[in-house]
Amino acid sequence: MDVTVLHLMPTLMERQLDPAAGYLLEKAVDARGIKVITKANTKAILGDRKVEAVELADGTIIPATLVVMAAGIKPNAWLATEAGLEVNRGILVDAGMQTSDSSILAIGECAEVGGHVYGLVAPLYEMARVAAARLAGKDASFTHSDTPTKLKVTGIDVFSVGDFADGDDRQEIVLRDASAGVYRRLVLKENRIIGTVLFGEVTEGAWFTDLKKREVYISEMRDTLIFGQAYQGGTPLDPMAAVAALPDDAEICGCNGVCKGKITAAISAKGLTSLDDVRTHTKASASCGSCTGLVEQLLKLSLGDAYNPAAVQPICPCTPLGHDDVRRLIKVLGLRTIEAVMQELEWKTSCGCAKCRPALNYYLVCEWPGVYADDYQSRFINERVHANIQKDGTYSVVPRMWGGVTSANELRAIADVVDKFAIPTVKVTGGQRIDMLGIRKEDLPAVWADLGKAGFVSGHAYAKGLRTVKTCVGSDWCRFGTQDSTGLGIRIEKFMWGSWTPAKVKMAVSGCPRNCAEATCKDVGVICVEAGFEIHFAGAAGLDIKGTEVLGLVKTEDEALEVIVALVQMYREQARYLERIYKWAKRIGIEEIRNQIFSDKEKREAFFDRFVLSQQFAQVDPWSERVSGKDKHEFAPMAAVGLLQAAE
Amino acid sequence: MGWIKIGSLTDIPRRGARCVTTPQGRIAVFRTAEDQVFAIEDRCPHKGGPLSQGIVHGASVTCPLHNWVISLESGKALGADEGAVRTVPVKVDGEQLFVTGEMLSDLVA
Repeated sequence: MDVTVLHLMPTLMERQLDPAAGYLLEKAVDARGIKVITKANTKAILGDRKVEAVELADGTIIPATLVVMAAGIKPNAWLATEAGLEVNRGILVDAGMQTSDSSILAIGECAEVGGHVYGLVAPLYEMARVAAARLAGKDASFTHSDTPTKLKVTGIDVFSVGDFADGDDRQEIVLRDASAGVYRRLVLKENRIIGTVLFGEVTEGAWFTDLKKREVYISEMRDTLIFGQAYQGGTPLDPMAAVAALPDDAEICGCNGVCKGKITAAISAKGLTSLDDVRTHTKASASCGSCTGLVEQLLKLSLGDAYNPAAVQPICPCTPLGHDDVRRLIKVLGLRTIEAVMQELEWKTSCGCAKCRPALNYYLVCEWPGVYADDYQSRFINERVHANIQKDGTYSVVPRMWGGVTSANELRAIADVVDKFAIPTVKVTGGQRIDMLGIRKEDLPAVWADLGKAGFVSGHAYAKGLRTVKTCVGSDWCRFGTQDSTGLGIRIEKFMWGSWTPAKVKMAVSGCPRNCAEATCKDVGVICVEAGFEIHFAGAAGLDIKGTEVLGLVKTEDEALEVIVALVQMYREQARYLERIYKWAKRIGIEEIRNQIFSDKEKREAFFDRFVLSQQFAQVDPWSERVSGKDKHEFAPMAAVGLLQAAE
Repeated sequence: MGWIKIGSLTDIPRRGARCVTTPQGRIAVFRTAEDQVFAIEDRCPHKGGPLSQGIVHGASVTCPLHNWVISLESGKALGADEGAVRTVPVKVDGEQLFVTGEMLSDLVA
C-alpha cells in the first residue's frame, strides 16, 4: 500500500518533539517508504460515491483509495455536564479527584486536574491510586508530573519529556550526529533540566528524566551532561552502574507505572530469577516491552552472576534441564514414556506441570512415531477434544477446507449443522476456513458426525500442528498466475495434515509475486514465478511481524513439496516446544537451515523420509475417531444431580 | 449428611476430571495420578474458566483460559495470583464417589 501522511503542523509530533527531532522523525518515516507532507491543510476529500483524492488548501491533489483520520483525544464529559458538574476541557477535579459535587469522584482521560488533561496511562493509574485512597478514608493527592513520550515504532527511537520551548530564561545543550541519525537536546532553566528530547539513541532518557524530576543542580557536570550518565565523573560508568544509580522511585515501566524500587523489592522478597518472573509479579516489561533491557539490568544488579539470561532456561520449575537437553536425553537414553523421562531425568515434581507435560508429550510423539502412546491428559484441552475452547467454556469448530477451496455441498452441510445445533456465530477465519463458534462440548461429537457425512475432517485449528495452507486462484483463473498455486497448496495440505509440530504451522502458496495469499509472512510460504517455485520460511504476523526469508528456488512441484516437508521435519526435530519457525530459525541460523535442506540432498531426503514415516501414525482424522466413540468420557458429564436429590 | 452418588473412580481418567451438573452450577471432580479425588466449583476465580478442562498435575489444576494454577485441596490460586474457588467434600467408598447435598446448597450461598 502506498501511504502518505498529511500533517497540519510544520513538523511531526510537534507537541512531543522539537522541530529538529520532528524533522529527523519525518526522515526516518520516509525511509520506511511512507511519504510525509507537513503544513498540509486539508481542504476537501474528493470523490462521488467513493473517495478518490484529498485536496489541500494549496491546491495539491493526492490520489487516495482510503483516508484514515486521527483527531486526537477529547474527553467525553457529556454525562458530567448533564449531571450539572463543572466541566472545562474535562471534568474538573481537585487534587483528591473530587468533582464539583463532593460525593462524586472522576478519574481517567475524562478528568481535568490542575489544568491538565491526560491521555497516557501512567498518570491515570496515579489518579486511580489517589481515588482509591480517598475512598478508603486516607489522605492522598495527585501531583502533576511529566510523562515521558516514547514512540513504539521498530527501529525509530524517540524520547521526550517536559518543556522544550525556547525562552529568554532558558538555555539549551544540543548534540547532533547527522550521519548516525542521533540528536539530543536538553533545555535548562536556572541550571536545572526542564525538558529533554532524544532521537536515535534514547537509553539516557531515564537518567535525564530523573535529574529533571529531582530538580538536580547540574552546573557541576554541565560540560559532559549531554553525553549522559556514563560520562560523569572520572572513569566512564557501565550501563549497570547507570541503572544502579537510579533512585528507587525512578520509573522503569511506563505502560504499567512500575518504579525501580518495586521491581528490586519483588526480586529479593519473592526470590525472582528471570524476566518472566518479574513480568508475572510486577507487570513491568509485560506490555510493550520497551523497558525489557532496564528490567534485565535490575535483575543482574540484584542477583549478580546468579542471573544469566544466556544460560540454559529450564523448561519449567520441575527440572533444571532446558528443552534441548531433554530432547537429546530422550533420544540417547531411549526414554519412551513421560514417566520414564521424569524418573530418569530426576524431575522434581511427581507428575510435572502444565508447562512441561505438553512439551514432553510432543517430544515423545516426535521422537517415537508409532511407538509412543500419546498421553491425552498431558495435552492442552483444545488438542484433547479437537476444538477450540472459548471464553465462556463453549467450543469452536473449523472443518478442513483443503487450500481454502470449498463447494456448494460443503457449504450446505455447514449451513445445516449451524441450523441444527443453533450455532450462534459463523465466521470466516484468516486462514481461509469457516469457523463455527459457541458449540456446547456435549454437542461436539454430533456436530462432527454431521460434518463427517459431508466429507469434512478436522481442520486442526486448535493444534500445535499444520493449520492451514492458504492459496490464491493461481493459473486456473488469474490472468497473472504463473503456476497452479491452488493445486500445490492442496497437495501440500493433503500431504502434511495431522502432523504435530512444536508450535502451529501456517502456510500459503501465492501464484505470482503479487502474493495475494500473503505467503511472505507465513511460517512457510511459496511464491510461484515463471521459473518455478520460490520457497520462503520464517515469517511472522502475530506478536511479532516479520517478512519471510528465502530458502531457495526450485523448478518443479515435486521438489517444492520435498523441500517444504524436509524443512518442517527439521523444525519438528529441533525446535523447542511452542517455538515458532521464525524463532527457531533465528536461533539455528538461516544459512545452516539452507545448507541442510537445500544444499545437502542426503540430509533433505532423510528428513523427508522421517516425516513420511511419522505421518503413517498421525494422519488419522480425530473427529471421526471420536464420532466412533473414542474418549467418550470427555463429552458428557459424569452425573447430573437434581434439586430433589440435593434436598434429601 | 445426605451423600449423593455421582459415579465411580474409573469414570474419571487419571490426571483428569469430569463434571457433575447441579441446579446450582457445575462441579469439577478430579482424579490425580495417585487416585486422590477432589471436587471444586468448575469456575476459575479469575475469569470463570472451566477448571475441569485444565491439565491436572500433582494436586493442582491449570485453568485452560489463562493458566491460573488452582490447588485442588484448598481451592486457592497458587503462585502470584490471588483468589479461591469453593471446595466440595467427596466421599470415596471403594470405587464409588459421593458428594453431599448440603454442600451443593452452599454453593449458591
